[in-house]
Amino acid sequence: MTRDHLIIDKKKFKSRLIVGTGKYKSFKETALAVKASGAEIVTVAVRRVNIVDKKKPLLMDYLDPKKIVYLPNTAGCFNSIEALRTLRLAREMGGWKLVKLEVLADKKTLFPNMIETIKSTKTLVKEGFKVMVYCTDDPIIAKQLEDVGASAIMPLASPIGSGLGIQNKLNISLIIKQSKVPVLIDAGIGTASDATIAMEMGCDGVLINSAIANAKKPILMAKSFKDAVISGRNSFLAGRMKKSFFAKASSPSKGII
Amino acid sequence: MAKIQINGRKINIKQKINVSDLLKKYKLDKKKIALELNGEIIPKQMYKKKFVKNEDIIEIVHFIGGG
Repeated sequence: MTRDHLIIDKKKFKSRLIVGTGKYKSFKETALAVKASGAEIVTVAVRRVNIVDKKKPLLMDYLDPKKIVYLPNTAGCFNSIEALRTLRLAREMGGWKLVKLEVLADKKTLFPNMIETIKSTKTLVKEGFKVMVYCTDDPIIAKQLEDVGASAIMPLASPIGSGLGIQNKLNISLIIKQSKVPVLIDAGIGTASDATIAMEMGCDGVLINSAIANAKKPILMAKSFKDAVISGRNSFLAGRMKKSFFAKASSPSKGII
Repeated sequence: MAKIQINGRKINIKQKINVSDLLKKYKLDKKKIALELNGEIIPKQMYKKKFVKNEDIIEIVHFIGGG
């Protein structure tokens, strides 16, 4: 049996679960949750260094970027200029070319501004970045992103941090069917079964942050997501049975006494 | 004395300090940060050659937890 890998920009990953590193109580908890999740890629944000408190711990001291792939994001950026500035800084920090682009439009929904997102993707691709793009669940927009060179399409299931799960299965299915690059659900997953559903539908992966970090026991939830993603993927590969409106007995009728 | 701004904070420094020494002063490991001088990203190999001048605006960033 050939091994089933997630392939992003020709790089192979055994795990189809990407985890965010925000919202945890401590870096120690972040590191333990990442370990329990089995994720090989973690998203990270770019922010100002605290020059006053020199002893403040750093994320890099807990998650070694040599052992786990850092995926810098542009969270908090509301236009193309801010997003490009952030990712250029991220690249200077350690040569990161694989990045997650998100250009937000609205503070209440955190829905992406897709006009600015497409514009930014084009520029980043020209500059040699490999761009995984947070987007709406619109198949037309998703196709346009692929056409301008996105390395992965990452539609939202529901608003970031809402935990509402997949709201538009039809659109997500259409995006999966048409895309030649990996499709990963980026936002809105609430619990492990949501991730299983996404994987059963044929998603190439899922990105989870709040659902793990905001769980009562984040480390246990991280393990739960690991299993959920593997289970959903296996279920997709196995191919589900056909649905029927009527019962079909499991035991043979021949030889009934 | 030169008056500069780092991450939004106004700071007085002695003149003739390069970026590399400025980072040392704040105990920052250049491997873990990126730096912008007056809106322009400074490549790490330039840190020793680039000197800070009066009224310079510096941004120093690093990675933190994020989704």
